Amino acid sequence: MLIAVLAIFALAALAPLLQPRLPERWLAPVLAALPAALVVYFLRLPIPTVDAWEWAPLLGLRLSFAYDGLSRLFALLITGIGTLILLYAGPYMHGHPRIGRFYLYLLLFMGSMLGLVLADNLILMFIFWELTSFSSFLLIGFDQHLPQSRASALQSLLVTGGGGLALLAGLVLLGMAGGSFEMSELLTRGAEVRGHPLYLALLLLILAGAFTKSAQAPFHFWLPNAMAAPTPVSAYLHSSTMVKAGVYLLARLSPVLAATVPWHVLVGGVGAVTMVTGALLAFGQTDLKRLLAYATVSALGVMTMLLGLGGEAAAGAAVMFLLAHAFYKGALFLVAGGLVHATEERDITRLSGLRRAMPLTAAAAILAAISMSGAPPLAGFLGKELALDVVWHAPALAGVLSAGTALASALLVGVALAVGVQPFIGAPSPAASHAHEGPPGLWLGAVVLASAGVIAGIFPWLTIQPLVGAAVDAVVGAPVALKLTLWHGVNVALVMSTFSLLAGVALFTQMPIARARLARFTPFRFGPTEWYRLSLNGLFRTAAVQTRLIQSGYLRRYILLTVTLTVSLVGVTLFIREIPLSQGATGIRLYDAGIAAVVLLAALGTVMARTNLGAVAALGTVGFGMALIFAMFGAPDLAMTQLVVEALLVILFVLVLYDTPRSAPRSRMGTRTRDWIIAGGAGALMTILVLVATTVQLEPPVSSYYVDQSVPAAHGHNVVNVILVDFRAMDTLGEIAVIALAGVGIHALVRLRPGRTPS
Amino acid sequence: MNSLILRTAVRAMQPVLLLYSLFLLVAGHNQPGGGFVGGLIAAAALALYAIAYDASSARALAVVNPRTTLGAGLLLALLSGTMALGAGRPLMTGLWVDVPVGDGYFALGTPLLFDVGVYLVVVGTTLLIVLTLVED
Repeated sequence: MLIAVLAIFALAALAPLLQPRLPERWLAPVLAALPAALVVYFLRLPIPTVDAWEWAPLLGLRLSFAYDGLSRLFALLITGIGTLILLYAGPYMHGHPRIGRFYLYLLLFMGSMLGLVLADNLILMFIFWELTSFSSFLLIGFDQHLPQSRASALQSLLVTGGGGLALLAGLVLLGMAGGSFEMSELLTRGAEVRGHPLYLALLLLILAGAFTKSAQAPFHFWLPNAMAAPTPVSAYLHSSTMVKAGVYLLARLSPVLAATVPWHVLVGGVGAVTMVTGALLAFGQTDLKRLLAYATVSALGVMTMLLGLGGEAAAGAAVMFLLAHAFYKGALFLVAGGLVHATEERDITRLSGLRRAMPLTAAAAILAAISMSGAPPLAGFLGKELALDVVWHAPALAGVLSAGTALASALLVGVALAVGVQPFIGAPSPAASHAHEGPPGLWLGAVVLASAGVIAGIFPWLTIQPLVGAAVDAVVGAPVALKLTLWHGVNVALVMSTFSLLAGVALFTQMPIARARLARFTPFRFGPTEWYRLSLNGLFRTAAVQTRLIQSGYLRRYILLTVTLTVSLVGVTLFIREIPLSQGATGIRLYDAGIAAVVLLAALGTVMARTNLGAVAALGTVGFGMALIFAMFGAPDLAMTQLVVEALLVILFVLVLYDTPRSAPRSRMGTRTRDWIIAGGAGALMTILVLVATTVQLEPPVSSYYVDQSVPAAHGHNVVNVILVDFRAMDTLGEIAVIALAGVGIHALVRLRPGRTPS
Repeated sequence: MNSLILRTAVRAMQPVLLLYSLFLLVAGHNQPGGGFVGGLIAAAALALYAIAYDASSARALAVVNPRTTLGAGLLLALLSGTMALGAGRPLMTGLWVDVPVGDGYFALGTPLLFDVGVYLVVVGTTLLIVLTLVED
């Protein structure tokens, strides 16, 4: 499984390299070959499979993946729909100069999402979680020249990234409460976690992460704005896969976290509110993609609410709804993209009569719309029936929840008809005059997904029963007997769904009036979007004020502040703790005293020198004196490094000061006295610290181990070097990374000063 | 800086400094030396060249862009650690081979690659900083 994920990442890296070398028509099919192969791979991979690679066992680090029913469902969705999206993206982004980059980002997302659903380790899953947010950011902002794209991308990143931060804290708490970071172990320790004192805290944090990613109210506002992305992105990320990551997390952690009062209230409540809000907001839209985006919000609300209600029936409903939604929403988004591509028109009030011009797209759209409306015999009907049944039998607030679900369904029927049916019936509008069916890539995906919805609906026991059943087993944590049939008998659910279907059709016929009424219905002037904008502006203003106060721009101010603070804080601590100093110096040799005297004199010379270059030379002498001290104490490597560093510093100082005036202006007597006091204090502090450090021994020394093992284990006589590059190589790796960053940072800061042209 | 003395001295010292830095790099495992010092000396040599002449001559002498050197060094250091993964050992385990030379043998290992990576990073960073300041 690790290889599957890595293969996608490798393909992502290859995509921009392949793009100039392959004819454009072949690029998408070639790239789509890998996800298509993975579909077959995942179909044949048995349940359950576990794959773990211990790459640093001493640190307890392993890359672990687990495959069960839930992962299988998601993996098939990700790779299957991903194949169709890649084939769609080819003709849709035809001729785009940066299409290689587009495929890179898209495949990067695919790999991250796949890793997310396959990961067994909480932290590994989190890494992929953040990678999906990141690749989503890159994809939404793909049209970089448009300010709207950039703003929407930033908004999505801030919202999902902020949620991600909370999620990390929650996952760490979960690992601590459950005693393990492996999900397969946590799933068996549900009772411990639920009874843990930190349960509520970790639940809230994890829910924050899940709700932001799955656009639950009040974090739903980033999803409609994410429609600024190209349509393949909207169809893939923001309807079928990425936004479902939160739902996946809730489903995956259900056995551990669910069935408590906070879970029911929070997850169920937020889901229900989102369901209704999304449906209401959807109805008032006229832009094709925003319509579908709000409808997706509402659908995600349904899934969340069902998971919140908990229980076997709800789990079955949630999974079935998820699958049906992926089919019809993906198809509708692809249709929307096809419509935009053919007519350049995104407003549904201006689209009609396209059935003759685009017959295949029309067929797919109508089928998807019927599935979305929850009409038999399509998959959407199966999902809707199960959901309505669960809601009607809810342990509490059944009436309210049922009414809300019915209302949301009715509104969504209207939306489905508006997007899937209206553009194709009636007389052709002006926008339809030049429309025609595009190349196969454009309508293939929609047709496949819509057909899947039909076949799954009519023959569920043949096609999707094992898939859905295994997923439900994983969500509940125990095998569940699930039967998917079209006919459940005449029950309340059937009545409710018939009613909502009829109401939806009625709403659709009155759509313009209903939309106008709804648009005037804005109870909350200050919606989440306003809050987001205010908080962002507030952040910028606070940063500006604080920077003006603290960052004056003068180096001497910064040093003054830093030194004073350090001296006072450390000095006070030393004083309060009354740490003993060492017993004083014994056996001072003549050359020790001599070197110390040289260093002291040189330091005095630095301060009192008449010219800047003289001060630099004296400073160099201090450094060379230090190197001598190191040599005296038997550290040749250290002494050599100090010598070279000092030489380089002197060279750099000379370089910088060469063209400046010979001596800096003197400061006033008062200032100099203040500076003497602070500098003296810093010197005294360092002296005391050194005297203290020789008496403090926290742990037994490891140096004897290194000295003993240096030759036999590490083949080296120079213990210092062996420690640096062998025993403690990890630390050194971190250090050189920091050095590299510092170099790049300095380069950037110097080159990007205002007024200079960057090279 | 327009000094004949500096230019001549730098000209003469160049090859010695660069060779010595390589020597320190290789000898570091058994005697004082190592990647850090070696890298600093090589960088100091090139920095002196940049000051005596000008930055573009130093860049020409360095052949490779300092940024590339930096990145290559980091990559090499990381790869030397992952080679152990390929052999089924934990990350960053040192792998050694004994190369027969004359009478005895010579031990070659991944820590040497790591040290070379450190060397390149130090050279790259220092050069990047110095050349940026010189060109400013």
